[in-house]
Amino acid sequence: MLSPSKPKVAFFDFACCEGCQIELTNYGDSAFLELMQHVEIVEFREAMSEKTNEPIDIACIEGSFTREADRKRLENIRARSKTIISYGQCASTAGINALKNHQNDYKAFVYGQDAHMPHLDSSFAKPISEVIKVDYQIFGCPMNKYEFLDILSHLLHGKEPVIPNYPVCVECKRNETVCRYLAGDHCLGMLARAGCGAPCPADGIPCEACRGFIDNPNQEALEKVLVENGGLSKTRAKERSMMFNANERSDAS
Amino acid sequence: MSRNVNINIEHLTRVEGHGNIIVNISDGVIEKCQWQVPEAPRFFESMVRGRHYSEVARITSRICGICSIGHTLASVKASEDALGIVVSEQTFKLRQLLKHAENFDSNVLHVYILAAPDLLGAKSVFPLIKSNADVVKRALSLKRLAHEWGSLIGGRTTHPTTVVPGGFSKVPSRQELKELKNKLLAAIPELDATVETLLSLADKIPVFDRPTEYIALSNDQEYAIYDGQIQSILPDGNKTRYAVSDYLKVSNEYVSEWSTAKYCKNQMASYMVGALARINNNYEQLCPQARQIAEKFGLSGITNNPYMNTIAQLVELVNDVHVSLTLIEQLIESGTEKEPLLEPTRFGKGSGAVEVPRGILFHEYSYDQEGMCTGGNYVIPTNQNHANIQYDFEKLVPELLQQNSTETEMELALEMLVRAYDPCISCSAHYLSVKFVK
Repeated sequence: MLSPSKPKVAFFDFACCEGCQIELTNYGDSAFLELMQHVEIVEFREAMSEKTNEPIDIACIEGSFTREADRKRLENIRARSKTIISYGQCASTAGINALKNHQNDYKAFVYGQDAHMPHLDSSFAKPISEVIKVDYQIFGCPMNKYEFLDILSHLLHGKEPVIPNYPVCVECKRNETVCRYLAGDHCLGMLARAGCGAPCPADGIPCEACRGFIDNPNQEALEKVLVENGGLSKTRAKERSMMFNANERSDAS
Repeated sequence: MSRNVNINIEHLTRVEGHGNIIVNISDGVIEKCQWQVPEAPRFFESMVRGRHYSEVARITSRICGICSIGHTLASVKASEDALGIVVSEQTFKLRQLLKHAENFDSNVLHVYILAAPDLLGAKSVFPLIKSNADVVKRALSLKRLAHEWGSLIGGRTTHPTTVVPGGFSKVPSRQELKELKNKLLAAIPELDATVETLLSLADKIPVFDRPTEYIALSNDQEYAIYDGQIQSILPDGNKTRYAVSDYLKVSNEYVSEWSTAKYCKNQMASYMVGALARINNNYEQLCPQARQIAEKFGLSGITNNPYMNTIAQLVELVNDVHVSLTLIEQLIESGTEKEPLLEPTRFGKGSGAVEVPRGILFHEYSYDQEGMCTGGNYVIPTNQNHANIQYDFEKLVPELLQQNSTETEMELALEMLVRAYDPCISCSAHYLSVKFVK
């Protein structure tokens, strides 16, 4: 059923692995084709050659802002979009890209004598919201594809989506997953933002807080627990806590 | 013949990552003909420093969302090599099964979503939802199957959770493997239909021939995708094998003044990696069902038409399913159990290679005595293909000019050529100068 009033949705990507858009291809035929009944995709570079200069109802942006050259493109997207969603951790907090924000030799280390070349321009990795106004953020590395559908569905129905602000520990308890600390491991779950369904501890690995921290995280207490209960060195506890959260720490650049 | 052609495709669509195609022809003289890569660099080599060995693959997985299983596997293999860990037979088989899942997943994505629209005369898969509903439905259901297959073994397909140095943090049960087996069996008719669809479109695949060197993993036991040595095959059929630890001597990354990305070369001016390179190197080891499909499309011996890479991916889809069915049978037979993770026996330097969908991928790390990473390096398939794409352009553009192709036809031929390589540009960790011609 094609209706001319279907909201126009576009997808854009910046510095990232494009894994969140790959998640969009994993719904299977029924969910994906159903979604196509409700929206019109007007631009999505990785999937389609069509492009648009028309107004967009919902623009979904993946990836971090890492260079001035991308500012104009972002401002242009903002100017013609009613609603902007930054999806995935790179777009919402700069995620793993922000690890280099705490290093001062990353260019020289990777590119050596070529490091000064202009196209290798890469300054601090920033969330999209530092450049343009972002209306909604979808967290996660990768994002949870069902959370994406849920948030999109809320917006299509004119409702405010709810983004969890409680820790992953809550989800492990709900799932009856044995705590990583009881398994002799460590974990960031007590400060990590929930919403993923806590798949990592269930799969036997520690939560890495890939959705960022909940609001007002007690980072010092987290590092203390990582050292005292998780057996990590002080340095490693600090490094561990910033893996996906380099921009959310009190010492963020 | 004096003609003017100006092709300036900025951010080529239906490829992973950002690439540009620039062709300027003035009075019939080709002034510029370039494949450029303006992707934002991301500095992963630097970011793994100071990380514990258990965290390194978690970071390097994020190099690429499509090949994140491959990056994880290459990473844990390199770390295990550096740490003196030799994994169990169960781990080895599960990783092979996981690697097949990823190649199947990505090949479905490329064949159906990225490449097929060109053959069906559409700009993307979206108009096909109406015009070729059965094809789109089949694509999405095969893609979903790949996702469930990879998730069963790896926890997730995008940034897998269970794959860790020393083994798996969780293994599938015998019952789950039986269910997977049934799903794969049920997909065989869907694959047959895929072959029929592609056969009906085979005449739309451009004819182009440029002998080059092909490099892929190879071993004596099987069609290699998870393990083996580096192998090169030259146009005369001469094969050479190299140890994975010699990957830098094979890839020879170099800077060319007129190029936009770092180039690689081994014995010839450039080489190709990916499905076609794997089939050219290891054709005899394809399963009989896959070989039969290859023959239907005229893929046997060495194929020098890069556009046929899409067909090579189709052949591999069939191979992935049949080889995986055998692996699953073996795992069901032996049963699976959660094994303790193997601990490091030394701390040093090590390398690892796997075949990701787009070709051979190398990771290398060094560790200090505390198990903390002191440096990493990666050589990515798409980087290895950049020079080969550029040399293809240089042969193809004069041919198109000779055939009086219109600018639109030239654009499509060049776009389809790049898409055939299925480039994964976000992956390519090293870049060089980029200039836009406006």
